[in-house]
Amino acid sequence: MATHTGGLTTTLTRDATVAVEVTNLVRRYADRVVLDELDLSIKPGEFVALLGKSGSGKSTLLRALAGLDHGVAGSGDLVVPENVSVVFQDSRLLPWARVLDNVVLGLSGAEERGRKSLAEVGLEGRENAWPSELSGGEQQRVALARSLVREPELLLADEPFGALDALTRLKMHALLRKLCAAHQPAVLLVTHDVDESIVLADRVIVLDEGRIVATETIELSTPRSPADPGFAAVRSRLLDALGVSL
Amino acid sequence: MSGQLATLTGVRAEERATVATRPVRRRRRLGPGKPIRFGAAIGPVLLLAIWSIGSAVGWLDPRVLSAPWTVVTTTGDLLADGRLQSNLLTSTQRAAAGLGLGIALGVVLALLSGLSRVGEAILDGPIQIKRAIPSLALLPLLILWLGIGESMKITTITLGVFVPIYLHTHNGLRTIDSRYVELAQTVGLSRWEFVRKVVLPGALPGFLLGLRFAVTAAWLSLVVVEQINSTSGIGYMMELARTYGQTDIIIVGLVLYGVLGLLSDGAVRLIQRKALTWRRTLAD
Repeated sequence: MATHTGGLTTTLTRDATVAVEVTNLVRRYADRVVLDELDLSIKPGEFVALLGKSGSGKSTLLRALAGLDHGVAGSGDLVVPENVSVVFQDSRLLPWARVLDNVVLGLSGAEERGRKSLAEVGLEGRENAWPSELSGGEQQRVALARSLVREPELLLADEPFGALDALTRLKMHALLRKLCAAHQPAVLLVTHDVDESIVLADRVIVLDEGRIVATETIELSTPRSPADPGFAAVRSRLLDALGVSL
Repeated sequence: MSGQLATLTGVRAEERATVATRPVRRRRRLGPGKPIRFGAAIGPVLLLAIWSIGSAVGWLDPRVLSAPWTVVTTTGDLLADGRLQSNLLTSTQRAAAGLGLGIALGVVLALLSGLSRVGEAILDGPIQIKRAIPSLALLPLLILWLGIGESMKITTITLGVFVPIYLHTHNGLRTIDSRYVELAQTVGLSRWEFVRKVVLPGALPGFLLGLRFAVTAAWLSLVVVEQINSTSGIGYMMELARTYGQTDIIIVGLVLYGVLGLLSDGAVRLIQRKALTWRRTLAD
């Protein structure tokens, strides 16, 4: 099955050794080239973090993989799994649906799985709450449950913790690590937080003006701590690639 | 950094010292202050008192305005001979029929025009034109087409009701956050699921606001159609009273319209509160 949007050829993943294969991806808004002949491949179960300044094309790449970039000009080949979930920066819960209904939105007969999924993110017993009754961190955990209940082969996360306070963010990192270990999806996490990318990812990619300018494979043992000297070395290389000198 | 912090706290301590020696200046309060108990009742009670005193000492000619107690006894008389009940029933049935039809029409049109560009192109213009023409100005035409019977009356009410329902439901549909549309795409909702889970609940606050206007519109249209060649209903009762100069009956009718309006608005607000429990707003 191949679909064409915005000069894009999207095919479903067949190969068991690759989850995502991006070849020659070009995305343009008006005259500005946002992604410039980008190549990227992600293995099943691999956690890739995408770093970059604002406007570097991170979100554009994620939206292309999610199939959300209707009407964007460009070209390229995409191979993505059939089962893709997206976590947005805002939790994007339907305010008029109770928590459990939000989790199983669009699934039929998945109530039991939904409850389990909520328990996994530590929200057992909040099934019947309204989203407005939850804190920002809890709302984002519901959004994670909504993604994971679909057992995605690819999880796309667009700065999912960007709107949370620092303490909540640390707790969410631990939770996401645990969930990814349990469910083993391939993950593409867009973030502008260098420490977050090192703590979570197997591989960190730095994007600048629509091209990949650096790749770091993180081989530190988990759980990773910024106090680790190896951590500091990776961080300074990544900051260099981002053009931030300290 | 820590040096800066120290200076900062130093400055704070100094400030505190000056504040302590200076007499505390109270800020002028700009808000309206605490609510008065039973405040909403004070105005109406005052009005009633003036009316009673005016009638008692003879400032108010009963031919201009009957005394409050006359209105009360007249209400008793009208209830006793059954005229009030039968007229009230007729009026309520007309309003309910017109309201029901108008709501159905308004919602269907709003969905057709809100969910498809073709629907909007065809429907929205004519409805906006209809909105610019007061419903009551259509009355001469409706009488020529439908006569002066029930169908004319109910059609007039329906035409008054469907416009606010359409406008607010349509606006509710169109202002649903596009982020939810994107979400619906990523979780793979079908068109029908999208309408049921996202569009309809999202448009519900708009619809209910429209309903409040619609209920008012229904009573307003009712008053007018019942005073034209009618042989039953509250409006007819008042029109007849005008012929005989019975201000007491006219006032009974006015009070009745007021009570009906208040009750139905209260009912819609109750529905609103029940249906929109997910919304935590300043008003609640």
